[in-house]
Amino acid sequence: MSELYTQSRLEKVLKAGHLGVTSECGPPRGSDAEEVKKKGLLIKDYVDAVNVTDNQTAMTRMSSLAACIHLKLLGIEPVLQMVTRDRNRVALQSDILGAASFDIPNMLCLSGDHQSFGDCKSGQNVHDLDSMQLVQTVRYMRDEGKFLGGDAIKRPPRIFVGAAANPFADPFEIRVPRLAKKIACGAEFIQTQCIYNIDKFKEWMRQAVERGLHEKAFIMAGMTPMKSVGMAKYMKNRVPGMDVPDEIIARLAGVPKDKQAEEGINICVEHILELKEVKGVAGFHIMAIEWEEKVPEIIKRAGLYPRPQV
Amino acid sequence: MIIAKKKPIEEIIGEVENYDRLLILGCNECVTVCEAGGKKEVEILASALRMNFMAKGKEKVIDEKTLERQCDHEYLEEIRANIDKYDAIVSLACGVGVQFAAEKYQTMPLIPGVNTVCLGANEDRGLWTERCQACGSCILARTGGICPVSRCAKRVMNGPCGGSTKGKCEISKDVDCAWQLIVDRLKALNKMDDYEIVAPIKDWSTDRAGGPRKVTREDVKI
Repeated sequence: MSELYTQSRLEKVLKAGHLGVTSECGPPRGSDAEEVKKKGLLIKDYVDAVNVTDNQTAMTRMSSLAACIHLKLLGIEPVLQMVTRDRNRVALQSDILGAASFDIPNMLCLSGDHQSFGDCKSGQNVHDLDSMQLVQTVRYMRDEGKFLGGDAIKRPPRIFVGAAANPFADPFEIRVPRLAKKIACGAEFIQTQCIYNIDKFKEWMRQAVERGLHEKAFIMAGMTPMKSVGMAKYMKNRVPGMDVPDEIIARLAGVPKDKQAEEGINICVEHILELKEVKGVAGFHIMAIEWEEKVPEIIKRAGLYPRPQV
Repeated sequence: MIIAKKKPIEEIIGEVENYDRLLILGCNECVTVCEAGGKKEVEILASALRMNFMAKGKEKVIDEKTLERQCDHEYLEEIRANIDKYDAIVSLACGVGVQFAAEKYQTMPLIPGVNTVCLGANEDRGLWTERCQACGSCILARTGGICPVSRCAKRVMNGPCGGSTKGKCEISKDVDCAWQLIVDRLKALNKMDDYEIVAPIKDWSTDRAGGPRKVTREDVKI
């Protein structure tokens, strides 16, 4: 895994053997690009690339591609998130080319939260492709230089392709086989669901390493600091596929309310420090939801700053 | 079979209010089995309409009839002799039956009395659940006999998605995760190795996407 296929800084950092660091920005629920630019500039120097979410939780927002372009123009490397919920294969391929025309060098392929979670509950979903087939599509467009329909693409997209993995969803026994499948489809980097259950993550990682998957794709551990005990309980009980152990809730509940955010950051930093030592972890994806200003502190305290120059 | 659900009575009343002579037309097939549009439901709806209009002091003809099938020319012909006695038909058949009747009786207003829900099975007393979306290209041989098209809310071909929790779908704790069921079946069949075979991008041209579908069989044509 050393040959470079794209202009992606993330790809260069990971392939040079450094721990990669990514974070994310949610586009605004309006057309004011300043919001996403502000978030991007807050974290610009602390990460290798910034994921831009695609109508996350099915709430309608500014398009991921447009927000990526705003970041790119500021010199911030975006990771275009694309879900298969809202677009068919025509629109997906078209947006991939659109992204490539701005030299957006990374993409994360997802299925997306069901629309019933968002503000268009009565809308259709598309799911013409699934997330693995989207990974295959981007790789095909890049490596074969062809559309799914078989025609040649003039200036094929040069995109470093990622996928998500949730080590905590059920059934657990297929979690590593599913990761293997995504990698077999062509995923070059993996960003995981937020990790709170460290032991379960380590077991998942152990199985992944046993199969040599860490040598075929860069597995970045997903981290989200808790702002409060309320958020921890919400994540535990309401967010599908999330595993928040009771110890985390107890620890946050054990400090005064005005210290809970600080404790949440402490937990996050401790987890990163612990996971840095776990074989197969190639980096960290820090999703500080509407809390981007805390990302620099987390990254500095976790010993991931300064970012390598590649 | 085709699963249907009775429409709310208020909706039906709203649709038929301006007609004086109504035929409530049931179907003896799927909608009878799923207790939405058979003889019994025709009687119940007709009585409810009579009481409603009586309370409003309106005189209306409300007749009842249940055909063997409404998706068949032969049975639909049974009402031709008396069709002029009515201003409108409330059909309790599925969407297929309603349309077939409408096509046959060009000038007769047809009002659906049920919502056609899905292709499903009678899972338990009073419980009907979806099993098929008629995608036109069956993949059940590769998914342990459980259909991800009809039973996964995201029709994920290589699942489960990250929202599968304790065997349930992210949309509701009352909905089984299709991919949990598929994995359970593959295990029972001792075919877990098949799980890692990547399902190819599906050809949806045989699905709704390809336009109205038809099956033509030259060998059985007369």
